[in-house]
Amino acid sequence: MLDSKIPAGKLEEKWVDYKGHCKLVNPANKRKMEVIVVGTGLAGASAAASLGELGYKVKAFCFQDSPRRAHSIAAQGGINAAKNYQNDGDSVFRLFYDTIKGGDYRAREANVHRLAEVSTNIIDQCVAQGVPFAREYGGLLSNRSFGGTQVQRTFYAAGQTGQQLLIGAYQALERQVALGNVTMYARHEMLDVVKIDGKAKGIIARNLITGELERHFGYAVLLCTGGYGNVFYLSTNAMGSNVTAAWKAHKQGAYFANPCFTQIHPTCIPVSGDHQSKLTLMSESLRNDGRIWVPKKQNDTRKANEIPEDERDYYLERRYPAFGNLVPRDVASRAAKERCDAGYGVGTSKQAVYLDYAAAIERYGKTEVSKQGLSNVSQEQIIALGKEVVKEKYGNLFDMYAKITGENPYEVPMRIYPAVHYTMGGLWVDYELQTSVPGLYALGEANFSDHGANRLGASALMQGLADGYFVVPYTLGNNLADEIYNTPIPTSHPAFEAAEKAVADRIHTLKNINGKQSVESFHKRLGKIIWNECGMSRSEAGLKQAIADVQALKKEFWSDVKIPGEINEYNPELDKANRVADFIELGELMCVDALNRNESCGGHFREEYQTPDGEALRDDENFMYVAAWEAKGEHEWQLHKEELKYDVIKPSQRNYK
Amino acid sequence: MSHNTMNLKLKVWRQKNANTTGAFKTYEVNDISDEMSFLEMLDVLNEKLIVTGDEPIAFDHDCREGICGMCSLYIDGKPHGPWQANTTCQLHMRAFKDGDTITIEPWRSNAFPIVKDLTVDRGAFDRIIQAGGYVSVNTGNAVDGNSLPIEKAKADESFAAAMCIGCGACVAACKNSSAMLFLSAKVSHLALLPQGEPERKSRVLNMVAQMDKEGFGSCTNTGACEAACPKEISIANIARLNKEYLRAGLTAE
Repeated sequence: MLDSKIPAGKLEEKWVDYKGHCKLVNPANKRKMEVIVVGTGLAGASAAASLGELGYKVKAFCFQDSPRRAHSIAAQGGINAAKNYQNDGDSVFRLFYDTIKGGDYRAREANVHRLAEVSTNIIDQCVAQGVPFAREYGGLLSNRSFGGTQVQRTFYAAGQTGQQLLIGAYQALERQVALGNVTMYARHEMLDVVKIDGKAKGIIARNLITGELERHFGYAVLLCTGGYGNVFYLSTNAMGSNVTAAWKAHKQGAYFANPCFTQIHPTCIPVSGDHQSKLTLMSESLRNDGRIWVPKKQNDTRKANEIPEDERDYYLERRYPAFGNLVPRDVASRAAKERCDAGYGVGTSKQAVYLDYAAAIERYGKTEVSKQGLSNVSQEQIIALGKEVVKEKYGNLFDMYAKITGENPYEVPMRIYPAVHYTMGGLWVDYELQTSVPGLYALGEANFSDHGANRLGASALMQGLADGYFVVPYTLGNNLADEIYNTPIPTSHPAFEAAEKAVADRIHTLKNINGKQSVESFHKRLGKIIWNECGMSRSEAGLKQAIADVQALKKEFWSDVKIPGEINEYNPELDKANRVADFIELGELMCVDALNRNESCGGHFREEYQTPDGEALRDDENFMYVAAWEAKGEHEWQLHKEELKYDVIKPSQRNYK
Repeated sequence: MSHNTMNLKLKVWRQKNANTTGAFKTYEVNDISDEMSFLEMLDVLNEKLIVTGDEPIAFDHDCREGICGMCSLYIDGKPHGPWQANTTCQLHMRAFKDGDTITIEPWRSNAFPIVKDLTVDRGAFDRIIQAGGYVSVNTGNAVDGNSLPIEKAKADESFAAAMCIGCGACVAACKNSSAMLFLSAKVSHLALLPQGEPERKSRVLNMVAQMDKEGFGSCTNTGACEAACPKEISIANIARLNKEYLRAGLTAE
């Protein structure tokens, strides 16, 4: 049985108690301790900066050319915090409750409560750093709503909250670089964890410019390397986002938890052709004001604006009157798929639904008319005023849509379809964010802990920053306090040598395959298998077939992949080959996990397990556990279960009606 | 939506690494759909090069949705290509027509040395931020976020400057390779907020000194940077930077 090290005591006192009693490292000792942080997104940059501020000697790594590029930057909508600035009934408990419920009762109560507690500190910290959040005319912070909640607790900076929060963390990080507390290794990729006496004591990193392998020692290794959505090839993740660091950790003994819990985001720009390299998200915040619909008639070929009001099916409002267009992501995605599969889809591919702003534009226009005290205004003027308001709120998103599709979303409804966006699964961690390998931690999207089977909107930024700014600075100290007696290990140690050799051998093997097919072509094929069988809906037969297909693909990859260029130079194709090789192995584990979980919950929808009206049917009796997988060998994993105990919340069928 | 395809000629800068000289090489790509993004068109070319045993063209890119600031091509003499307020990754092929010849170069600036082909090193920008582009506040020191109201107009103006994605198009567009737009965006972002006030003077002096050290050229106010900026950072920020710099210099202790 896995020990999650959840402190005893009442739920709301656990974290306070932990902080009051955890071990500390004195400042003089911190200065002697090197800590490795891999990844510089919200979790990594905030952790590296905070640990640097505390006095640790931090080495931070990212594969991009600058830490500011990490994919957290692309988050659009916002960040949740239980500030209750709107006086609309929000509280730490309610944010905790919404997150547990939104995650379909597959997340750990203690972790989620801690997340809700520190959420308020995050906003304060970011404001102090100069993050320019949206404000009201009175000068105070502005909020909006997001899916799965009935309060306004989302803080935002237009449609680029992620960028502003990341720049805040990046600036804090660069300040520590300037002070000499953090050494930054950009264009470096971690290719293995080095373990000595069962503990993580360093990494092997590849300098992506020269191709050289480097050995780095650290008293602890923090993986803040994001999610694995790119296993699907097409996703809203950045092109470089990958699972390699997490997967190497997994191969070194870190359990991988709930890999089948992946999030399909309901509002993305639909696929336009085979050339497509990535998908673009349209922020969930658009569901605040936009209305989602399809024609009531199947295979309707009329243009959206030609379809009269009473021939439109606002299916989310129809099915879920209480939450309407703001149901959680998994519910909204499945509902879109259901309509399209039934023949009501729109656009040339018929794999899309409308997200319509006409009503919102008119509503905002009328508000403006009364605000400005105008009279005798024509309908055209109302619409023009409304468009101005919508432009201020969502302008950059509308522009982005227009650039990609060539259509003007102020005039015609946007076409949207679900796409892979986030992965709730990840490295198993205990309450201290430590993986099953001592000394190895996982933060942010790279771990599994807070979102259960479905993440609510605006909660990813919250979790990344919570882990980095407010959790790991305490929990790391609690463990490093015992390490002060150990002197640093020189990187000439045999364990470093062996790890470097293993990495070098693998690179040579890959390079020397000299096959005929490009890395990209394998990645595309992997993506199709996983999307079709382990995407929005899954079945026993499909998953079994997918496992066989992925195994065959792995064999083909390792005998026929073609990597141009040299090893000891800047070679993006080689970098990609390393990553795709790991995605293939992960793809198999995702299917194994999805096959094991004989229930539907959150983003994991097994066709065999649904209610008569098509909602996810959980099986709490048999599956109220975290599935943590231990790598045992080629195509082999052992399942470890962590029982989920709900002391405070009583699990029920999620109801958004 | 109509789908047209086109055949194109590409003149691409190829350079093995920072220590070798580069040259243009011409390639042909066929049946390119106008629905593709510019980088997807390059993907198609690279796929062809890999399969035929050539080396693919190296170019920086990551988010492909115009926010990470990693993509950086000089297309037909313009940073990020022909569209206004746009990054290379958001440029779509409907901007071109059948038979076009497209010239693709890396950012050209001594402060951005070439890594390979179209990839450059923009580490100078990180070092400018290290010189003072932050508020010195350790984690845990913050007061309540609403304890200090900020005038909406100022907050909005600060946000408009903070939209900079650090791509370097402003440097690439400038005949002197000046980094003034980038620097002024950061100085403005923080100078407009009360949180940035305590370090207002030292920040601008130190950041300008670092910019000069990196080898960026001088600003002559021609506005090429503003025209090329994918996030439409206003040149008014440069005026504010100059004011901040003067103020800091004249009132220093």
